[in-house]
Amino acid sequence: MAEPEVSPAAAGGGGQLRNVFGGVLCAFTLLLIGVVAFSIRLFSVIKYESVIHEFDPYFNFRVTQFLSKNGIYEFWNWFDDRTWYPLGRVIGGTVYPGLTLTAGTIWWLLNSLNIPLSVETVCVFTAPIFSANASWATYLLTKEAKGTGAGLMAAAILAMVPSYISRSVAGSYDNEAVAIFALIFTFYLYVKTLNTGSLFYATLNALSYFYMVCSWGGYTFIINLIPMHVLLCIVTGRYSSRLYIAYAPLVILGTLLAALVPVVGFNAVMTSEHFASFLVFIILHVVALVYYIKGLLTPRLFKVAMTLVISVGLAVCFAVVAILVALVASSPTKGWSGRSLSLLDPTYASKYIPIIASVSEHQPPTWPSYFMDINVLAFLIPAGIISCFLPLSDASSFMVLYLVTAVYFSGVMVRLMLVLAPAACILSGIALSEVFSDSSPESSTNSIQKNENRNEKSETAPKEKPSKKNRKKEKEVAESVSVKPKKEKRLLVLPFELSVMGILLLIVSIVYGRQLKRISAPSIVLTSRSRDGLHVFDDFREAYAWLSHNTDVDDKVASWWDYGYQTTAMANRTVIVDNNTWNNTHIATVGTAMSSPEKAAWEIFNSLDVKYVLVVFGGGGVFPHIKEPDYLRDGQYRVDAQATPTMLNCLMYKLCYYRFVETDGKGFDKVRGYEIGKKHFKLTHFEEVFTTHHWMVRIYKLKPQKNRVRGKLKKPKASAKTSSTLAAGQKKNPWQ
Amino acid sequence: MATMPPPLRRAAALLLVVLAGVLASTARADLVISKADRRVDLTSHIVRVLASLKVENVGPDPVSQVLLAFPNIQAKNLAAIRAFGSEGKVKGQSTVLPIQVVQPSGAPPELTFFSALLPKPLEKGKTLYLDVLTVFTHSLQPFPEEITQAEAQLVVYQDSAHYLSPYPVKAQTLAIRLPGGRVESYTRHPNAKLVDSELKYGPFHDLPPFSYLPVIVHFENNNPFAVAKEVIREIEISHWGNVQITEHYNIAHGGARLKGEFSRIDYQSRPYVRGVSSFRHLIAKLPPRAHSIYYRDEIGNISTSHLWSDSMKTQLEIEPRFPLFGGWQTTFTVGYGLPLKDFVFYSDGKRFLNITFGSPLEEILIEKLIVKVVLPEGSKDIEVSAPFPTQKWQEVKYSHLDIVGRPVVVLEKPDVIPEHNLYFQVYYKFNNISLLREPLMLISGFFLLFVACIVYMRTDMSISKSSPSYLAKLQWDEVQATVQKIQGIFEQCLAVHDKLEASLRDLSRTGDIQSCKAARKAADAQFKELSKDLKPLLTTLHSSPQSYQIWPKVEDLIAKEREMQEKLMTRHSTVVDSFEKKLRGQDVENRIALQQQKIAALRQEVESLLEYISEI
Repeated sequence: MAEPEVSPAAAGGGGQLRNVFGGVLCAFTLLLIGVVAFSIRLFSVIKYESVIHEFDPYFNFRVTQFLSKNGIYEFWNWFDDRTWYPLGRVIGGTVYPGLTLTAGTIWWLLNSLNIPLSVETVCVFTAPIFSANASWATYLLTKEAKGTGAGLMAAAILAMVPSYISRSVAGSYDNEAVAIFALIFTFYLYVKTLNTGSLFYATLNALSYFYMVCSWGGYTFIINLIPMHVLLCIVTGRYSSRLYIAYAPLVILGTLLAALVPVVGFNAVMTSEHFASFLVFIILHVVALVYYIKGLLTPRLFKVAMTLVISVGLAVCFAVVAILVALVASSPTKGWSGRSLSLLDPTYASKYIPIIASVSEHQPPTWPSYFMDINVLAFLIPAGIISCFLPLSDASSFMVLYLVTAVYFSGVMVRLMLVLAPAACILSGIALSEVFSDSSPESSTNSIQKNENRNEKSETAPKEKPSKKNRKKEKEVAESVSVKPKKEKRLLVLPFELSVMGILLLIVSIVYGRQLKRISAPSIVLTSRSRDGLHVFDDFREAYAWLSHNTDVDDKVASWWDYGYQTTAMANRTVIVDNNTWNNTHIATVGTAMSSPEKAAWEIFNSLDVKYVLVVFGGGGVFPHIKEPDYLRDGQYRVDAQATPTMLNCLMYKLCYYRFVETDGKGFDKVRGYEIGKKHFKLTHFEEVFTTHHWMVRIYKLKPQKNRVRGKLKKPKASAKTSSTLAAGQKKNPWQ
Repeated sequence: MATMPPPLRRAAALLLVVLAGVLASTARADLVISKADRRVDLTSHIVRVLASLKVENVGPDPVSQVLLAFPNIQAKNLAAIRAFGSEGKVKGQSTVLPIQVVQPSGAPPELTFFSALLPKPLEKGKTLYLDVLTVFTHSLQPFPEEITQAEAQLVVYQDSAHYLSPYPVKAQTLAIRLPGGRVESYTRHPNAKLVDSELKYGPFHDLPPFSYLPVIVHFENNNPFAVAKEVIREIEISHWGNVQITEHYNIAHGGARLKGEFSRIDYQSRPYVRGVSSFRHLIAKLPPRAHSIYYRDEIGNISTSHLWSDSMKTQLEIEPRFPLFGGWQTTFTVGYGLPLKDFVFYSDGKRFLNITFGSPLEEILIEKLIVKVVLPEGSKDIEVSAPFPTQKWQEVKYSHLDIVGRPVVVLEKPDVIPEHNLYFQVYYKFNNISLLREPLMLISGFFLLFVACIVYMRTDMSISKSSPSYLAKLQWDEVQATVQKIQGIFEQCLAVHDKLEASLRDLSRTGDIQSCKAARKAADAQFKELSKDLKPLLTTLHSSPQSYQIWPKVEDLIAKEREMQEKLMTRHSTVVDSFEKKLRGQDVENRIALQQQKIAALRQEVESLLEYISEI
């Protein structure tokens, strides 16, 4: 971006001044990119409010609250008894603490400066802050590979790529928010070490890797990608001492540091995800030894030694590999965690762990979602790959490898589209910057500079409706280009107008499209527009507020697991299961209760000490997203007249549709689009205690057990004999 | 009366016993109340009693105080008492009389006495018109205590039909205003009559002091029983022009508790029948020009609120997240900003805040109100003047870059009712210069940061300038620079080689000997120049102590390059020669094949050496 602006100054000469000017301009551009990255993500705060979004962020928020209140030591030892009742959950040992510690530190720092921000505010704005950091890290990484111009371009694109925005809007307080920054920064430090061979950067790299391990389970991507690249370098004969310094300290220090994180612990050396790095570590040493010996010996002697070493080395390697394989094969999952296995074998999850497969973000993406998520970058990537091969350096080969692996992983899981986004941005940035630098010969630099300026302005100020302005500018650009002398045409690799329009298209389509609105929705508040204005559906918080103020603090609430995190965070009540699906049996128990008839369900819930049951029901409105959790449960079940009697008698059905028929007289479920099967029924073991304004959430209370069941006293008298004979008869059955 | 709840009945019986004793010991007969009209307002959950008394002094001595008596059971619920008096034949302009609790000698402990002090003693035979307003809280007992969603809320009120006074009362009446709706029962009396929603007792004539006739009304009252368990009201003054008010409410429905289930379908289809006892919104009357109003709770913004504003007032209708039924509670926060000039004034070298004490919500009973006035950092000589007694203390609050903290005046008062919405004042001294403290702090902070950056960039941070390692580093840098230059020269040499080769290729293609010779000449000249450039560099490199590692390699490189150059030249001349002699291509190739090989080998060696050097 800024490079073409720097280059005319370079042509003008003026040594030092030129560099200073370029440096300041570059810093200023970076600052603006940071501002764009931050402010584009505030759309959700402006349109809705400063609030935590969705499900997992609520858990992270609650953990951060605990951290800020009780301090770091209490946090490590935190045993949470308000979830997974009666089992509880060791939060300190099962959570990736990076995000929490980051936000906690920011909060602590601000408060020690007497800037009174609430924990919630800090949490809401953590993601936008870190996306600004991520775009700066992208600049650094791309700069290492292809220079400043590509760096700025990539940073600007990353600041606005929809896939990343959707995960890091203000309020989306999830691990990915900081992890993407950590990922890019680790890659940057790796490439930097590779380029400089400095042990200082290698150490920083290990620390950055440590931060990544703290933040997200996706760190295994790093610890597999970097060995792959090292292997690639070795195979293509690019071994150097720099490669050694870049890799060996990372493995040793990184593994030691990773083992410090409680949730990883000994997994850092015990699970198969990490074995590739150790194997490559060994190979690297063998290769280093070979190079060392090669330097010592004469070529002929070296050949002899080579054969010797290779035969011995191979034998040792085989032995080690055989032992490892034997060890790994002895464990049922082959030492891989479920989520990793489903990456390697996309059908694994649906076969063995339906609960992982059932989460929508673990599904493979559809083709349109590539375009939705990375936009026009999808078309720029091939150009970026080509320019990475001209000339192929260590750094650019790393970019290509990163892209290829990321494409594969994103093809398995929608969620990993997020890992693809930085790679796509970097390569597109490289591609675009190549286009610009090739198309700016000396005489045309001035006009191009102008275009660049405009371009940059439109990028740095993406107001809500820049479309018209942009289009105008687009025209101006086209005019100014056509005015240019025709003789330069042959120098252009790509038509200049096209590339400018490409960027504009990117920006306009993101900012002007509905996508930003869609990905900014917090999902706990819904809005719908009708003729009489904006309707706000705030039923979830209504229900949680009711629970938190009008039930006893130790009451247990049962709900489907999706709402566990929100219930503990917003209503502060103990839940049976939550979104951390670590115990399938427990989830199955709640599922059984929900699908059992009332009496059986009451017994299950009573045995779990449950006092309230919360069901989410998409009553009389348009709440498309409500379908999903319901459908996940119900699958292909039908709730209309053709449904099985089991379905119509199950607790979930009853609690959802209790007295529903009275709303319109027919019991027509607008969300699912049909009339319900069983309309008039009564609840005997549950009573409705709260239903929200739009009927989205309903809360029922378990009725207390009756002291004396009516008729029970009479029964033994009247039918004592018959029952005893019956029982006796039944017992006798086997012998008859 | 059979429906009377047991505690009330017991209290009434007790009172009757007590009063029998009191009647005997009556002593103060100087004053006579010639007329007493009481109006009791039961329309909301706060009970207001206005007693209009006509007091006559029949004794010989002037009287300077009028005693007002309340049974303890009422007195403990008394939230406010105010007396207005005017002397003369007819009601004139009334003045507010100061009131204090007294304990006259011989008075029974079951009664609480207040005395209204007259501005000037009442002479013999003079009359005084006295209006006494008393406000009671928690005086309406819900009965039954638990109701279902569909039921209306019934409450019980008890009082005396006779005005309880230490003085004889000649004529009196009692009017009780009910909210309308069903009246379950009331104490029957020959003098009692119920017209519409007003219950009247009296008139009664010539009653002795301390007459007491308990009456009980059991009636329907569905007005919102909004009770705030605790309200924290923070008033933060900023001399940049804003008074920020933040109010944290914890509100409950103080009426009959909800029993059984809450059905939304019933509530939605007929809200005024099913759910008649609940309330769903509250109205707050904010001062005019209130801005930046927000309404939220701990889990986010509450979207159900409406705001109207005109020049006289700002009216905010807030709706809690859910309708409040008996016993349900909720918390929320209301915040707004007010212009500074409307509330903070300046007089006699002191500034003072003049603002209302209570909450802006209508008809709300606050069981515990904490008002915190946060003064700007650097305020001194703080004084508070409140129109009624409160608990007071001071705190310090740290906010927005404070160093010493802001002084906070805290006032606490139990049982606050709308009648307590009076102005109170906080006086303090504040220097406007202090306003600039925080901006200056920020400016200097950033300034220091930049200075530190500049200093860091400009200074050499190495520990010792004379240490061998530092010198070695300097020398090494020098060597590196030289080596780089040498490398550059060699690369140029190689480029010239390439050019020569190219000229040879051209020759074989075009046969243009002249241009080839010219290329040769140019190459010669370039070689000369380059070797001239190289010489000083080599001498510096050789003289440097740090170059011992590199030197042999560089020498090697030079030798190899020389050799290669020579070979190349000979080859070049051979080829040119053979072309001049018009030899066959095959022969030429045969002649130079050996040279070619050597040149290639040398070139590889030179390149590997160059690479080696560059890696150093």
